[in-house]
Amino acid sequence: MTTSLPKKIWIYFLLISTSFLVFFPVMYAFLISFMTGPELLQGKFLPQSFSLDNYIKVFDRLPLLNYLLNSFIVSVSVMLGQLAVCSLAAYAFVFIHFKGRDFIFFLFISTMMIPWEATMIPNKFTIQKLDWLNTYQGLTLPFFALAFGTFLLRQHFKTIPKELHEASQIAGLSKFAFFRRVILPVSKTSLVTLGAYGFLTTWNMYLWPLLITTNKSVRTVQIGLKQLQSQETGTEWGVVMAGVIVVIIPTLLLLFLGQKQLQKGLSQGALK
Amino acid sequence: MTSLEKPGIWKKTANGRTALLYLLPSILLFSVFVFYPMFRTIYLSFFLTDQNGDAAIWVGFENYSYLLESTAFINSMKATGLFVLYTVPIGIVLALFFALLANEKLKGIGFFRTVYSSTMGISVAASSVIWLFMFNPSMGMFNRLLSLLNLPQIQWLLDPQWALLSVSISTIWMNIGFSFLILLGGLQNIDEHLYESSRIDGAGYFYRLRRITLPMLSPTLFFIITISLINAFQSFGQIDILTQGGPSASTNLIVYSIYREAFINYQFGTASAQAVTLFIIILVVTILQFKLGERRVHYQ
Repeated sequence: MTTSLPKKIWIYFLLISTSFLVFFPVMYAFLISFMTGPELLQGKFLPQSFSLDNYIKVFDRLPLLNYLLNSFIVSVSVMLGQLAVCSLAAYAFVFIHFKGRDFIFFLFISTMMIPWEATMIPNKFTIQKLDWLNTYQGLTLPFFALAFGTFLLRQHFKTIPKELHEASQIAGLSKFAFFRRVILPVSKTSLVTLGAYGFLTTWNMYLWPLLITTNKSVRTVQIGLKQLQSQETGTEWGVVMAGVIVVIIPTLLLLFLGQKQLQKGLSQGALK
Repeated sequence: MTSLEKPGIWKKTANGRTALLYLLPSILLFSVFVFYPMFRTIYLSFFLTDQNGDAAIWVGFENYSYLLESTAFINSMKATGLFVLYTVPIGIVLALFFALLANEKLKGIGFFRTVYSSTMGISVAASSVIWLFMFNPSMGMFNRLLSLLNLPQIQWLLDPQWALLSVSISTIWMNIGFSFLILLGGLQNIDEHLYESSRIDGAGYFYRLRRITLPMLSPTLFFIITISLINAFQSFGQIDILTQGGPSASTNLIVYSIYREAFINYQFGTASAQAVTLFIIILVVTILQFKLGERRVHYQ
């Protein structure tokens, strides 16, 4: 496949200019994060020096390390929980024939029609009654079951040859052993996709942690950002941006590493 | 006889019982955190509630008729509608444009793909804080740019005329990464051979785009339109950080309105009625999408 040179130049021009625009806010935040108050007021675009003062300050002002750790624990827990719960359900839908399968499948689909913002009021009271406010389980458990994740894995499980199932039965493998020792290993790519997706969405979650955390014990980093932004006024924006950069680095790294995988996996889940 | 039949039934239902074991975690969690609260929300929407969110006085449909007459709620619905209209079409067209560019097989294309998808890795809270600064009246980039061009300054987030638009611009940016990633995936699933035969026929780029790419991409487009619509109705974080629903309630989108009504004003009855409205809107959008989609979408 050959592309003519003028066309190539034209495409590169579009690629460079639009990706600059898309990435601009992040670059801007990065540059601001090194600026002092006076520099900001002068309206400089480049900082005088790349000193880490703002980064040191932000860790002083906010228990940021604590929040980062909380976000990490919560995201990893939801990721693992989703992988376990969704893969078990997907296995049942693909490899076990049972009465009422269609009905239960329909129930799963119907959960996708219910926006969870519409159910947040009773959910908050459930967590409150369980005495789970400000706990990790309150932040994570409601998100373990995920219809989208179940479908994603179901799509992949369906491509596994039926012969493998029959062979395992002849070999005398129990259902659970077949699931754990055969299905999970051959589905690694889908599991990684779902895992990355679960981690990313949980790390970025905002409304639920806002409702469930009332003190800093398990508060996540996203709520920390809101706190930081409302604390800092005037010319301390450099410190705020340092906080922003610290918060987005883990997910940006994850995205850069897994972009290809995520794109393939998610678009496969989108199509039946 | 019965004692002989029993093992038969026991054995017949063996598969069902095993399946149940595998499905139990999901079913349990869905029951507690999706189905129960949905019914509970509908139930509460017919009551006046006390501080603890328990039903106190039955009022029938009064919460709903109150909402329909309240200018605040009608404004909130209008703002939500406009917000969806501003963000979804432009967001998808931009993402599609970037995906088409990034689908060209050129050197270094991987770098551009990463950049376009990057906003997916940036949380709503972080993005909102960045945009809050860019919109800052005195120090922000936008007003600095305007003053460089000798144009009048704009109170981006403080002017009721501009606030919703400003929030929409930042939201479009936040959502581009995800839409781009899905659309690029869709483009890459299109069979190369389709293009090869058309190239022999001498068809131009835009002809191929209209006749091959877009029809073949339609299932993905349909998926991303549905998801984007639903996401737009559920927006919350950017409102909480950028405007808190203001100025003069011009950005009081529905989820933010529910949040305020429930957790700031403690009016759980009317908040539940709003939540039910949100549920119905999303249900209708999904059903409409599928009805229209079935006719329009070209499946391979």
